[in-house]
Amino acid sequence: MSEPSLSTLAAQLASKQISSRELAQAYLDRIAALNPAINAFITVDAEKTLFEAAAADALIAAGQAGPLTGVPIAHKDIFCTDGWLTTCGSKMLHNFVAPYDAHVIQRFKAAGMPSLGKTNMDEFAMGSSNETSYFGAVKNPWNPAYVPGGSSGGAAACVAARMAPAATGTDTGGSIRQPAALCGITGLKPTYGLVSRFGMIAFASSLDQAGPMAPSAEDCALLLNVMTGFDPNDSTSLDREKEDYTRDLDKPLAGLRVGLPREFFAEGLNSEVAAAVEIAVAELKKLGATTVDISLANSRLAIPVYYVLAPAEASSNLSRFDGVRYGYRAPEYGNLDDMYSKTRAQGFGAEVKRRILIGAYVLSHGYYDAYYLQAQKIRRLIADDFSEAFKVCDVILGPTAPGTAFKLGEKSDDPVEMYLNDLYTIPANLAGLPGMSLPCGFDARGLPIGLQLVGNYFSEAKMLNVAHQYQHVTDWHARQPATEGAS
Amino acid sequence: MSLTPDDVKRIARLARIETSDAEAQATQGQLNSIFDLIATMQAVDTRDVSPMAHAQEVYQRLRDDRVTETDRHAAFQAVAPAVANGLYLVPKVIE
Repeated sequence: MSEPSLSTLAAQLASKQISSRELAQAYLDRIAALNPAINAFITVDAEKTLFEAAAADALIAAGQAGPLTGVPIAHKDIFCTDGWLTTCGSKMLHNFVAPYDAHVIQRFKAAGMPSLGKTNMDEFAMGSSNETSYFGAVKNPWNPAYVPGGSSGGAAACVAARMAPAATGTDTGGSIRQPAALCGITGLKPTYGLVSRFGMIAFASSLDQAGPMAPSAEDCALLLNVMTGFDPNDSTSLDREKEDYTRDLDKPLAGLRVGLPREFFAEGLNSEVAAAVEIAVAELKKLGATTVDISLANSRLAIPVYYVLAPAEASSNLSRFDGVRYGYRAPEYGNLDDMYSKTRAQGFGAEVKRRILIGAYVLSHGYYDAYYLQAQKIRRLIADDFSEAFKVCDVILGPTAPGTAFKLGEKSDDPVEMYLNDLYTIPANLAGLPGMSLPCGFDARGLPIGLQLVGNYFSEAKMLNVAHQYQHVTDWHARQPATEGAS
Repeated sequence: MSLTPDDVKRIARLARIETSDAEAQATQGQLNSIFDLIATMQAVDTRDVSPMAHAQEVYQRLRDDRVTETDRHAAFQAVAPAVANGLYLVPKVIE
């Protein structure tokens, strides 16, 4: 299958060169051929997909199509989807068929975009390698011995292998950007509050944000137009005027000030990643950008702060999984307390339990000030660094991850080593800023390298402009892994 | 700071996660290495810094006090492990 952009697919659908059903079937065939080796999907339901595609064809025939009507998309299994198994990558929800749609799902349905299925992910979005999924690890399509990143690893892998033209992801500490980088696709985490969290299974509520994942920045802009919007069902949803995120894609970059945080190019960064990012900076300069040396001095504290705040919020959010109202319940137990404890011991995996324990500890009596309050104060310092930086630059640029994909099993026994993967992505979550990752090269092993852009609040259109102009003069985003067994 | 296996069991009890002695032993080392990582933030002077709970200055929205939800208890209870007569079933808590 060649690689048409979302706008090309939409044009082919609008001119009836192809029907939504035919398009969906082509992707379903590719999923059937490739997914057994990649494991990017937890649930595929061809009947449901084709039913939705037929409805999209009816909209097109009736002249009621929107910009992406009929284009199929894969959804991360963190989004409640009415009538679909929604597992969040956990045994705890292995049998949970959601009785309603998340707001994000509602919006894609309203846009007439059929779902290709539910993508694999780290359990409850806690992980950077997709190895914590109850449904097995996802393999990186560029080399199946390597991880795809996480937690939106299935989403990144299915887009990279062109099993879907686009996918939804969520990002609490880098879960859209890091897998996008490791799989060679484009992914964007919007400003906190732009996309509703309603029906998105909660991990750390003050950090969680959904966003688009696709081959190109232009695709992401089109998807963001669908995903964003006020939702009264999410208490942190922002009530703002609707934006068209494609509006600035074609603007020239002359005069753009690119901030290079020296802390993101320091010790710990793989030299091949550093070299690729520097070449990308040179490309942007050719397009008229200038660079500014900036400092995000407190970003070195982002990981410790995150591993207090995120587990604290997670321990509270995940207390709802008690074997009473939905999901798994232990087969044997004594009293009520025993039922809770056994259900949670058996239903959660090791990484989820670790984080619940960290959260329970830092919130326990006598430790709140030393951990939670101190972390919230440093969170302020990290956000203040960004505010200072945006006085002298329009966008911040650096690597997405300190290295390229690592081997399956290589870091799974060492939580701290795994956590360091999100060194450059966590600061944007803590500040609530938009961040995106786009492909900017390959290492010597042929694994993709990701470039990160962080923008000021609500500057998604500007970031997409920068990314689109970069992708106009480079073809990293168009490269595809060699895939066997598919047409 | 260093957690003992007993500390781990106490926290696990707070979190309602059944944990054997062997599991507590295994978890202890991993938690301690995570807390060593976290400890690097303790040295930062934050005396005059106000804590940041949230990325945006948001206020709690209020809605009109009227019923907007439809009754969907049958759909919601269909996914529960054990229900009878519209009630969730759990082990008896009052003898």
